[in-house]
Amino acid sequence: MSTQASPPSTSGVKLQMDHVRKTFERDGKSISVLEDINLDVRNGEFICLVGPSGCGKSTMLNVMGGFLSPTSGSVAIDGETVQGPDPRRILVFQERGVFPWLTVEGNIGFGLSKLSDAERKQRTAHYVQLVRLQGFEHSYPSDLSGGMKQRLQVARALAVNPDILYLDEPFGALDSVTRFIMRGELLRIWQTERRTIIFVTHDIDEAVQLADRVVVLSSRPAKIQDVLTIDIEHPRNLSSPRYLELRDQLAQKIGLAYSV
Amino acid sequence: MSTLRKPATWEKFFWPILAAALLLAIWHYSVIWTATKVFPSPLSVEKGLVELAHKHVLWADIIDSLRRVAIGFGLAAIVGIPFGLALGWFPSLHQIFNPVLQLLRPISPIAWIPVAIIFFGIGDKPATFLVFLGAFFPIVVACASGVSTVPSVYRRAGRNFGLSPAQILVRVVFPAALPQILIGLRIALGIAWLVVVAGEMIAVDSGLGFLVIDSRNSGKRYDLVVAAMLIIGVIGLALDLLFRQIEKIRSVRWGFRS
Repeated sequence: MSTQASPPSTSGVKLQMDHVRKTFERDGKSISVLEDINLDVRNGEFICLVGPSGCGKSTMLNVMGGFLSPTSGSVAIDGETVQGPDPRRILVFQERGVFPWLTVEGNIGFGLSKLSDAERKQRTAHYVQLVRLQGFEHSYPSDLSGGMKQRLQVARALAVNPDILYLDEPFGALDSVTRFIMRGELLRIWQTERRTIIFVTHDIDEAVQLADRVVVLSSRPAKIQDVLTIDIEHPRNLSSPRYLELRDQLAQKIGLAYSV
Repeated sequence: MSTLRKPATWEKFFWPILAAALLLAIWHYSVIWTATKVFPSPLSVEKGLVELAHKHVLWADIIDSLRRVAIGFGLAAIVGIPFGLALGWFPSLHQIFNPVLQLLRPISPIAWIPVAIIFFGIGDKPATFLVFLGAFFPIVVACASGVSTVPSVYRRAGRNFGLSPAQILVRVVFPAALPQILIGLRIALGIAWLVVVAGEMIAVDSGLGFLVIDSRNSGKRYDLVVAAMLIIGVIGLALDLLFRQIEKIRSVRWGFRS
């Protein structure tokens, strides 16, 4: 059984996964990781991918990002098949994504080497502001906290003006209070700089707080188990009945997914 | 002793000085108790140091040794860094050269002395060649392993931002591997200083190694032998401390634990 996950309106489809399968060869055996993934993501949509750990969420993100090619099926962005990584969509890693040998400024400007010095300076300054790292322009990542490093990584990604942001458990290594603040920051950034966001997480609350739609993956080989639309306006009231209802629903779905 | 307590400032100096003083005392009394006529006491070594310092040859010897290290180590870095980077970057190249490299690496540069003399005769060149050999392998190995252990996240980020492979090497892999490369260079510099002394004992008639062997051969001046040894130790330490200053540069400091 495969669940076709189409958005309510098919207009403005940004990313389309069409019967994507991914198998890895290991010790002469082939292991199926993704099985018949079909997904349409709208322009500007915030999608969360959730599922049991090791189910293939990151693999799916890497296939979308062009870091891995699908064994069969295809990924298309704006109708164009993805052939490899592209600066128009940037992947944000969980940890160690920023370059420790560059300052905050150097990191944000990393993808801007084609711009003139003045333009790069201006763009860098804008994103320093956006992720609230003013005063740390000349600091090195080793002097930043975990949350600041992740904000820096997001800023470096946004600076090249991508239309899609792939986030691979970006707050997974942070403590719970910092994570909570970071979610707010990410939403604020998403609302000011409307981009399509695909966000991998194993945290149910995180998914319900952030996403327009939550895509639930089954355990390996991952299939799309369900897609849950979170129909609450931002800012979301985390104790509203609707929030709690959706959260329970999602927990249940993941529970089902675990038992598959 | 408690490892949590921070030592007071005076302790930081007191204990090391005490240890050195103790060693000197043991040396001093051993010479007296054994009534040796050959081995010098600390006091006669100190006189030897003064005697050496007043001779012009000492400075010439120091400069000769440093020059051989500079040229041999410099050449090893110029050849070894690109070679090591290439080995780390191209797995096929690594596969081809690694066996030969691993075979040559454990051969002490000292064992190369006869070969060096056949190649270069007697003089500056064989000694410099030995320094080169001693420094070359650690540099190559450090660069190769530095490059191949760069976290894949950095390379992937580089690819994601649209960098070509050459740009990834220059803008991502090299700076990411730089701390390890510097560690390799520092080890190589230490070895170069060890090797130059050995080389100068046989292949050439100047330098601190020659000073040691010449002090023994011309009149069994063991006070000068030990004095020269101490000078070798102090210069070696100074070279190492000097090189460690590089680790303080901000763009590489992340790679060193303070």
